Amino acid sequence: MSGIRVLVGTRKGAFILTSDGTRKRWKVSSPHFAGWEIYHMKGSPVDPNRIYASQTSGWFGQIIQRSDDGGKTWNAPGSSPEELKSPDGSPKGESNKFVYDTSRETGKPFTTHQWYDGTQHPWEFKRVWHLEPSPDDPDTVYAGVEDAALFRTTDGGKSWHELPGLRGSDTGPKWQPGAGGMCLHTILLDPKNPQRMFIAISAAGAFRTDDGGKTWHPINRGLHSEYIPDPAAEVGHCVHRIAMHPSRPNTLFMQKHWDVMRTDDAGDSWREVSDNLPSDFGFPIDVHAHEPETIYVVPIKSDSEHYPPSGRLRVYRSRTGGNEWEALTKGLPQRNCYVNVLRDAMSVDSLDPCGIYFGTTGGQVYASTDAGDNWKPIVRDLPAVLSVEVQTLQ
Amino acid sequence: MIRVLLPPHLRTLARVDGEVQLDIEGPATQRSVLDALETKYPMLRGTVRDHVTQERRSLVRFFACGQDLSHESPDSLLPDTIAKGSEPFLVIGAIAGG
Repeated sequence: MSGIRVLVGTRKGAFILTSDGTRKRWKVSSPHFAGWEIYHMKGSPVDPNRIYASQTSGWFGQIIQRSDDGGKTWNAPGSSPEELKSPDGSPKGESNKFVYDTSRETGKPFTTHQWYDGTQHPWEFKRVWHLEPSPDDPDTVYAGVEDAALFRTTDGGKSWHELPGLRGSDTGPKWQPGAGGMCLHTILLDPKNPQRMFIAISAAGAFRTDDGGKTWHPINRGLHSEYIPDPAAEVGHCVHRIAMHPSRPNTLFMQKHWDVMRTDDAGDSWREVSDNLPSDFGFPIDVHAHEPETIYVVPIKSDSEHYPPSGRLRVYRSRTGGNEWEALTKGLPQRNCYVNVLRDAMSVDSLDPCGIYFGTTGGQVYASTDAGDNWKPIVRDLPAVLSVEVQTLQ
Repeated sequence: MIRVLLPPHLRTLARVDGEVQLDIEGPATQRSVLDALETKYPMLRGTVRDHVTQERRSLVRFFACGQDLSHESPDSLLPDTIAKGSEPFLVIGAIAGG
């Protein structure tokens, strides 16, 4: 029988929620990494029991954790008790090391980006925002970090190396931090073309590689952002999240700082599909597992009022790939609700009907087992939720 | 033998209870103590000092014998009572909200 595992990263630890395929009763784990910020956890598509977690703290920095048993036990890769006893020793203490590539051999990496005051500022590693495991190798994972850069491990997280071509593209000095920092938060791997990847940075925009990550170029044509001097600039856009249905990797959906956008040519051109949303500001966006034209957003009132319009928590669904949106409210609080839903805090399962899940800064994780028609909190008093990922287990 | 008391989160990460005991070759300094700590507990690399610059992370403090040694040179000799193990070297997570 199938089952569901929901990986919830919060401001004060990680929680794992599990249910059988009925999705009616949920077991909530005790906190893992209690007291630490868990920006993201994600399982390997090849081996669902292999889960990677980004554990971070303002005091003690970045830790990468890995579980090989579905989240029951965790180790910093390369530092398990067994490996520490090994006399020859694999790389030790490197799993937390994210060092920007400044070597001449690998390109021309920029060492500065634009700071809040318009001056140039050196890149400084702060944390890992997003972990994206490879679709075909459990030891290969991409990491999107702040200050924005893309790293990769090919040894199960024991060591990480930057793909410097992204920062080395000639737009790097024009990137700038948004209010949440200059983070690379979205990594989409094209399931049909292993050479193609998409990433998004706040506030730089979206980028694509067609050569496995060696070279990158911005894909922001059609975006319009009033908060930068040239609203149609090549870079500088505050992209909040991009989603893709695996059957149509040339079609991407974007929730931008303002505006919900869509491309059907792999980012070469975007068009707005916000239409009748009560606000086109928001953070997450996701796609139905079986209907590539059914998408979900959570409108937020404004860039300074990070809560739902009118105090009503509503998911909006479009079955037409945008433009025609319907409010989904059943089971969600419709008054006095002032939580936020962060960019990595929405996910879908692949059961039928499709399950939709999202977490709030108020500590609730809501789930719908009927593609959004009805919702229930499956846990409601966690610390502020930073990320939600769902694994459908067979 | 040097005694080091880590903050709770780092004890959890290193999978230790209570104090850590380290054998140091040569003079006992912040650098030699932290080098020994990271050698024995590699998962702590980067948590107390930056991986590359080896500078103390800004919200980590070093206390010993009732003194804040955080701004001392990493190569200054630690007090004798630390070097002899009669007092612990304290690694502290600063009070900074959270």
